[in-house]
Amino acid sequence: MCLAIPVQVVKLLPGENAVVDAAGVQKEISLALVQDVAVGDYVILHVGYALQKLDEDEARRTLELFAQMGQTAPGEAAPTVAGATIP
Amino acid sequence: MGGTVKPGYVRGLDLKRGHIDLSHGSGGRAMAQLIEQMFVRAFDNEWLRQGNDSACLPAPTGRIVMATDSHVVSPLFFPGGDIGCLSVHGTINDVAMSGARPLYLCASFILEEGFPLGDLQRIVDSMAHAAREAGVPIVTGDTKVVEQGKGDGVFITTTGLGVVPEDVRVAGDRARPGDAIVLSGPIGDHGVAIMSLRENLSFTTSISSDTAALHGLVAAILQVAPGIHCLRDPTRGGVATTLNEIATQSGVGMVLRESAIPVRSEVAAACELLGLDPLYVANEGKLVCICPAEDAVAVLSAMHAHPLGQGAAIIGEVVEDARCFVQMETGFGGRRMVDWLSGEQLPRIC
Amino acid sequence: MKYIDEFRDGKLARGLAQAIRAEAKPERRYNFMEFCGGHTHAISRYGIEGLLPPNLLMIHGPGCPVCVLPIGRVDSAIDLALHRDVTLCTYGDVMRVPASGQMSLMKAKARGADVRMVYSTLDALRIARDEPGREVVFFAIGFETTTPPTAVAIKQAHAQGLANFSVFCNHVLTPAAIANILESPEVRKLGTVPLDGFVGPAHVSTVIGSQPYEFFAEEYQKPVVIAGFEPLDVMQAILMLVRQVNEGRAEVENEFSRAVTPEGNEKAKALVAEVFELRRSFEWRGLGEVPYSALRIKEAYRAFDAEIRFDLGYHAVADAKGCECGAILRGVKRPEDCKLFGTVCTPENPIGSCMVSSEGACAAHYTYGRFDDRAARKAG
Repeated sequence: MCLAIPVQVVKLLPGENAVVDAAGVQKEISLALVQDVAVGDYVILHVGYALQKLDEDEARRTLELFAQMGQTAPGEAAPTVAGATIP
Repeated sequence: MGGTVKPGYVRGLDLKRGHIDLSHGSGGRAMAQLIEQMFVRAFDNEWLRQGNDSACLPAPTGRIVMATDSHVVSPLFFPGGDIGCLSVHGTINDVAMSGARPLYLCASFILEEGFPLGDLQRIVDSMAHAAREAGVPIVTGDTKVVEQGKGDGVFITTTGLGVVPEDVRVAGDRARPGDAIVLSGPIGDHGVAIMSLRENLSFTTSISSDTAALHGLVAAILQVAPGIHCLRDPTRGGVATTLNEIATQSGVGMVLRESAIPVRSEVAAACELLGLDPLYVANEGKLVCICPAEDAVAVLSAMHAHPLGQGAAIIGEVVEDARCFVQMETGFGGRRMVDWLSGEQLPRIC
Repeated sequence: MKYIDEFRDGKLARGLAQAIRAEAKPERRYNFMEFCGGHTHAISRYGIEGLLPPNLLMIHGPGCPVCVLPIGRVDSAIDLALHRDVTLCTYGDVMRVPASGQMSLMKAKARGADVRMVYSTLDALRIARDEPGREVVFFAIGFETTTPPTAVAIKQAHAQGLANFSVFCNHVLTPAAIANILESPEVRKLGTVPLDGFVGPAHVSTVIGSQPYEFFAEEYQKPVVIAGFEPLDVMQAILMLVRQVNEGRAEVENEFSRAVTPEGNEKAKALVAEVFELRRSFEWRGLGEVPYSALRIKEAYRAFDAEIRFDLGYHAVADAKGCECGAILRGVKRPEDCKLFGTVCTPENPIGSCMVSSEGACAAHYTYGRFDDRAARKAG
């Protein structure tokens, strides 16, 4: 649910705040809900707060998965959904 | 001997610290001075110099087109423009959308008691500049003042007069199945520029309003394709609303291609942030042209060759549809409705 | 935009659509519920249903916090603004929710109430700081995604001694809603709403993690695939659900691995636990009273509880006659089944909350697909 978009942290500010950027649009937001965020990291932004850091490796893997899954012909063994099942 | 009345001396308007008060609307000396020193001085043309309550104009050849627009934008000053130039461009564009050449403008002001004279001068100068650049003089006008709290600083209403040749028939009910839908450039700039200044939504961006007078672009289009069917500028409610209006007027449907619709990446990002759809965001310097399919390429080239038509694109076509739906093939591969705007577009959390 | 555009790629979509069509067995039907309003919106906006095979149906669930907000609670907010001289700060979505007496916060504003739309709880705090003479109330709504920001605001108000700030808390919980649906007679016993699996919410899950859903998969034997917010995520999740159903599995899978971990956001969860506690019961529009499904402010922070400060009573208000929001929220009926849909009830003049929020099933259907040719197939 909810309108939340991935944005990039471009500047850290005092008081657990930061400036984020999305394609050139910049906004000041709060980092009060996350930790260990560095400039350059991507975070999920929702109502003025970063909710979670975006794992860029997982993002890449997910995109690869879309491409793989889309090429599976019926009857073929499906590729394992890497990083997707719950331990 | 002191205390003589100096003949011909009138104390100038205090632009630094002066404010509008009720006397500026009362019809007396203060009002006359405001009109003379601010409006007439800035707009300066033969009609205003006559000092009459009306302008006597030569009869033009062709059919007369008249249009009017009231401007209540807030904030009054925004990146790329202000209420002044907006009021000039807006009405020039309304006239031009009938394929007409705009000839004259008139402007009436409703000023709120307490409005700073310095701000009014800025607005008036901006209007004068816009009118001069467009080659359309402001030939007459009116000024009223309302009590503090009863106005939003300033409201401006402009009315425009133009002329359209007999063989040009551009109207909202002329779209036909098979016509191409051509958009003159990227959408959403004006609305996003305004939103960025709204309290509680502030974000920094380099996006500025695209406010511009489009009559030159219209003339360029008509030159290569005098048989175009419709022209409209997608202001409030955006491209979606404009196309729905035309579809209903003409009794046709439309199918758009999302991937063909130009949107600046910053505008797209701002819309994502706020949960807005660029198709519904206001533009003040763009137009939609609906023309026979065989004219599409020529129209597009004419737009590209004009400074205000950069980024123009063919975004869809008119189809037979008794329900008058505007639909869109999404970049994703599905199809969806592009409906009328419901209520006001409000930023969402969800 | 990075991490957005790539997840909307049309070519990849076609590939996934083909895979779904290839793997959905033609002899059976698949019914999946997307719980989250954001997913409902994405499905409509990108025309995803048009890419799915005819025997696969998406049912829109009650994951729209605006849609499930009971009329009585909106009435209280309007009352605060109109009659108690409060500066009421609210998210944009709630402004047009129709309440009693044909009122809404938007209409209250038109009548002179000091209703202010804010983007963030931080804006409401700032207003309280800048205007110490005004009582500022933040109208808090939302699922677990939106609750942590409210917790932060209350803590900051406490730390800054902002005596003129309080929160009207209407935060609700996702797992409780899912349980309610799964427990409903239509689903559990009668089988009139066949539900084969869930597309789990994206951003709620970044906060609560994927662990809480294991109970549902286990107890009700329904697969759950947590999906990201973009259309490719949704399609991928649907494919994964089809596979689970075909293979007879009922597991929790996480498609949104780039933002969701099993535990979720511990820092956010801790903040919420510090400020809020469970209400024994809470009324949800359409679902009735749901036990342990909502939050209220804890004792330590009661000073910032608007319900206490303004002694707000609660009066349950029935939906308008003929309004099927309740059934639609539970997935028992579709927008087209409601007599008021598209006639009396439109986005311009919403009768029920499903039409107000752009993710409400009715608004989404009205705006994006009301005369789709697929409507005929759905009925069949």
